[in-house]
Amino acid sequence: MRPYFRLFSAIGGKVKRKEYDNLAGYIFIMPWLFGFLAFMIVPMIMSLYLSLTRYNVLSSPTWVGLENYIKIFTKDPRFVQSLKVTGVYVATAVPLRLTFALFLAVLFSQKRMLVGFYRTIYYVPSLIGGSVAVAVMWRQLFGVYGALNSFLTSSGIMESNFGWITNPRTALWSLIVLAAWQFGSPMLIFLAGLKQIPASLYEVAAIDGANWWQTFTRITIPMLSPVIFFNLVMQTINNFMMFTQAYIITEGHPFDRTLVYILYLFQRGFTYNQMGYACALAWVLLVVVGIVTALIFKSSPHWVYYESKGDL
Amino acid sequence: MKTRRIAGSILYHGFILAFGFLMFYPVLWLIASSLKEHSEIFREAHILIPETIRLDNYVQGWRGFGGNTFGLFFKNSFIVSGISTFGQLASASLAAYGFTRVKFYGRKFWFAVMIATLLLPGQVLRIPQYVLFNQLGWIDTYLPLILPHFFAGPFFVFLIAQFIRGIPSELDEAATIDGCGKYAIFFKIILPNIKPPIITAGIFSFYWTWQDFFGPLLYIQTVEKYTAALALQLFSDPNSVTNWGAMFAMAVLSLVPVFIIFITFQRHLVEGISTTGLKG
Repeated sequence: MRPYFRLFSAIGGKVKRKEYDNLAGYIFIMPWLFGFLAFMIVPMIMSLYLSLTRYNVLSSPTWVGLENYIKIFTKDPRFVQSLKVTGVYVATAVPLRLTFALFLAVLFSQKRMLVGFYRTIYYVPSLIGGSVAVAVMWRQLFGVYGALNSFLTSSGIMESNFGWITNPRTALWSLIVLAAWQFGSPMLIFLAGLKQIPASLYEVAAIDGANWWQTFTRITIPMLSPVIFFNLVMQTINNFMMFTQAYIITEGHPFDRTLVYILYLFQRGFTYNQMGYACALAWVLLVVVGIVTALIFKSSPHWVYYESKGDL
Repeated sequence: MKTRRIAGSILYHGFILAFGFLMFYPVLWLIASSLKEHSEIFREAHILIPETIRLDNYVQGWRGFGGNTFGLFFKNSFIVSGISTFGQLASASLAAYGFTRVKFYGRKFWFAVMIATLLLPGQVLRIPQYVLFNQLGWIDTYLPLILPHFFAGPFFVFLIAQFIRGIPSELDEAATIDGCGKYAIFFKIILPNIKPPIITAGIFSFYWTWQDFFGPLLYIQTVEKYTAALALQLFSDPNSVTNWGAMFAMAVLSLVPVFIIFITFQRHLVEGISTTGLKG
């Protein structure tokens, strides 16, 4: 018997208790632990290996070393394009979505009639926004013969129909608007955060004669900053992963102007059967998202205000 | 003073209703278009009230394609989402209980690892997962869509764990004195008490699997096995002649279960998101 067991046997029943708890604990978390290893760690190791090979699924992978990575960084204009598109998309869609979310959360945090009903209704786009049903609808809504053009021409704002989805300058915006439209979840999270701000702070501000804007920028925003930070991180990561909408609505067209990163990765992997290359692309994305997330975390001491407990 | 308050109130509700209409317009437009006649859908497209309400689109859409009705696609979706959700709830509540109520070696470490995986962008693992499932011969089966949900997703574990922390541990202690082991405590004390997070987790799990498109797109090849989301996309394939009315009708139908669940359980949903900050 190993020495530490003998050591513990002095406490008799306690050891049995500990062994029992250890076993029971691992049995209970086994579903998660196994899934974590089988569907996350194993694929990650596979992906790292495959990214160093040429692999088309049908024949076995051939080792090529860093070739895929070198090609990505030196000879792949579509990689650069997709990174640019995704960057623009994330940098506009996330702030827009969060601004809408915060604005409406502030409106809905007031104690008024019907506010509970409004909250529920305003959450609906978030509920269905990621579905294929909404994506196919969106393509027609902004299509040449869609509702937007129909409204703009019949009300005399525009002379003729405009291809919002096919025009290189507006195509990405049709996706950004769709992303901004789904502000429901961050809105609810903001609302929960707003409820946590002590009313006394607002009372003091009112006594000091602060106007609405001063109250908002000096109390609401700083007190809410941990929640803003949380939403910013989650939304940034999520929006980097956008795929369904670009695949269905614009298919990356026109001229790759809406070729978001995951769509490009999908094309490399499944349209051209370059699994090794696609894995390398995935690792590059993981690093990019990691850097962006790290930057947000790094910036947080400058704008996220954590109230130290017991100070007030 | 009073008139000012009334004016403020009118402004407030007026703005919210106007903005709400604009925001809700796409959904209304989808429903309206599904009830319009073919020639009417893209003529004066923005008008929400059909000249005559017709259900032809629903009849035509239901017929589906390739000899398969949309009924079959919906059935497939229900099977995939139903089984996945069951697996998710069962495995996640077990894991959540283990993390919160059993003091085992390495508990804090594994919980931290699990939380960290919440930040991992899942899409980057799609390719190796595909390779893995391909080697297992699971392509064109529901296994890649269903099986991973039997291994406790971190979102769900976290959601349920947060709730279990709120259940007084005196209940566990009393049960231990009565001779219950960790397993009996789970089934007798914890499980009957975690209905709220189970409902919330169940709703999210169902939604995500119901609306999942990437998964079926990668793994399902035979038309008979298509889920509704995948069938809907094929329906609107720009390379074929599309019956837009029928497509809109099926799009509306595919959202019906989502709305029904939302209306029934909206309180659970709103509370679930607010308390855990779940779902992007």
